[in-house]
Amino acid sequence: MSASVPTNYPIFAIIIPLIAGFAAPIIGVFGSKIRNIYVTVVLGIQLILTGLVLNTVLSEGIISYAIGHGVPVPSGLEVPVRVVFEVDAIGAFFGLFAILSIFLASIYSFSYLEGKGNLTGFYTLVLVMAAGSIGFAYTGDLFNLFVFLEVTSISAVGLVAYPKRDGLSAEAAFKFLVISVLGGLVYLFGVGILYGQYDVLSIAAVAERMQFGIADKLALISIFSALAMKLGSVPMHMWVPDAYGESPAPVSMMMVVISQLSLYGLVRISFSLYGLNLDGTTLGWIIVVLGLLTMFVGVTMALIQKKLKRLMAYCAISQIGYILLGVGAGLIALKTGAIAEYGLKAIEGGLFHMVNDVIYMGLLFLTAGALIYKTKERSLNELGGLAREMPVTVIAFIVGAGAISGIPPFNGFASKFLIYESVYKINPFLTAVAMLVSVMTLAIFVKVFQSAFLGPEITEYKGVGEVPTKMKISMVILSVLIILFGLFPNLIVNEFVEPAAMALVDQAKYIGGML
Amino acid sequence: MIDIHYIAVILLLSIGFYGILFKRNLIKTIIGLSIIEYAVNLFLITLAYVDGGVAAIYTLAPHENMVFPVPHALVLTSIVIGLATTALMLGLAVNIYQKYDTLDTQFVRRLKE
Repeated sequence: MSASVPTNYPIFAIIIPLIAGFAAPIIGVFGSKIRNIYVTVVLGIQLILTGLVLNTVLSEGIISYAIGHGVPVPSGLEVPVRVVFEVDAIGAFFGLFAILSIFLASIYSFSYLEGKGNLTGFYTLVLVMAAGSIGFAYTGDLFNLFVFLEVTSISAVGLVAYPKRDGLSAEAAFKFLVISVLGGLVYLFGVGILYGQYDVLSIAAVAERMQFGIADKLALISIFSALAMKLGSVPMHMWVPDAYGESPAPVSMMMVVISQLSLYGLVRISFSLYGLNLDGTTLGWIIVVLGLLTMFVGVTMALIQKKLKRLMAYCAISQIGYILLGVGAGLIALKTGAIAEYGLKAIEGGLFHMVNDVIYMGLLFLTAGALIYKTKERSLNELGGLAREMPVTVIAFIVGAGAISGIPPFNGFASKFLIYESVYKINPFLTAVAMLVSVMTLAIFVKVFQSAFLGPEITEYKGVGEVPTKMKISMVILSVLIILFGLFPNLIVNEFVEPAAMALVDQAKYIGGML
Repeated sequence: MIDIHYIAVILLLSIGFYGILFKRNLIKTIIGLSIIEYAVNLFLITLAYVDGGVAAIYTLAPHENMVFPVPHALVLTSIVIGLATTALMLGLAVNIYQKYDTLDTQFVRRLKE
């Protein structure tokens, strides 16, 4: 393959933050201001690169990039010893939003974490995580996926435990780490089974040779449960509220990205690796049922929470359910042949919701962080009357809450509507549950709004004022994105989401893009 | 034919899961995870094993009798990752012990309060 400039973007999007991350301690010597500019610039470059990758993929099709060439052996054959990146529309799309989210969270964290000791190590971890997430989104290799999975989890654990250094965050981080390590090993076991059968590791090559025998089913179970554990789907969700709730707000926002990436991995495995080889709709229905459970359990647990960030974490779990529902419905349609009728719409809804979820969940965690930053209080019972003090935060909160409850004209409505519409054709019951959960989410956020922002002024919080500019910038950008996505959903869906959904459905093209 | 290695893998996996699920001490949880890691590594190595094969590091060695090189590379990577995660877990366990004065999971649950 000729190494033209566009095909090299993916690798630079990984290498630059990786090297920059480990160089951050050197830059950190020159003071926190220079370090902050450095982190912003590096993540900015990465953001531009991921944007360029998406642009290239949309105009020219799948980019495949091999690291290492075939090794010639004396008999004249070439042994393909190499690691492959295969970037298609969905990977590029998620890569962009993952980095956008990490970028905004970092800008927010410059103010939020100011004065909490030496944070150079924190930004090293942020940059390594940015590199890892892009690697996760772009890779076309099963083992490489494991490596990047571990890179993102290890850095995320560091981020959860690092800034506060107290017992609670260590406890949350330990829980998350045990889940990550276990998930990673179970995943690796599944990959081992697949390798034992087909002697290859690239997703496309395994998919091509797939027989779907008993061993393959075993591998599917391992990989599926590992990724479901990592993304916080319901039977394995107990780590989510701890990890999201105890970490500082910008880290919670990054954790949402990590969960969504695992979800992306799950979708990738279900569609690109197994896809058409599945013998029936069982996997699709499993995903749908998991989605329903996740939605419902998440939202009912959120109802009874008193700590603001734990409450939001349970809502984050419940939102994951919508995505599972949409994607699962798409997988069912793929097998029953109803893909054109409603399957594609369902997948589009799921994928669009994934991006929307990253944005509004991030925004909500940031507003929660703004409240905690100003009041040092985590419990909803103690807050009140803050709307007068923090006008920007309150508007951002209303936008975020509207989006998560699926109220027009915010982005959550656009994607939820796609899901409602399409799963209705499988079974109206699914839509009914999804709508019920939305209504309950709305009720929860009305309660939060009422108890945190409205009510009589509390003298303690009189004159706390608005948060610093950097925190405002992140929240405003996210709010603007939410409103833009909500007002022009067709633009986003047609330009980005539909190619991504098509890339997912068209397994043959994915296999062909590599071989 | 069932290879004895696979039985060892299953045994190690069960011991590891037992450690995670039924032991209350955090250090034992970490040991359990390490054992699972060894089981997975052993599994990968077993996949590569060829009876009487040579290591795939000689270019001119006879081809038909060579162990598969790829799983070795995978296991090497997986061992390094395992080292990092184990170190991190132990570090967090130290941190928890300093703050809570215990490693018993019954008492390490202040998050729920």
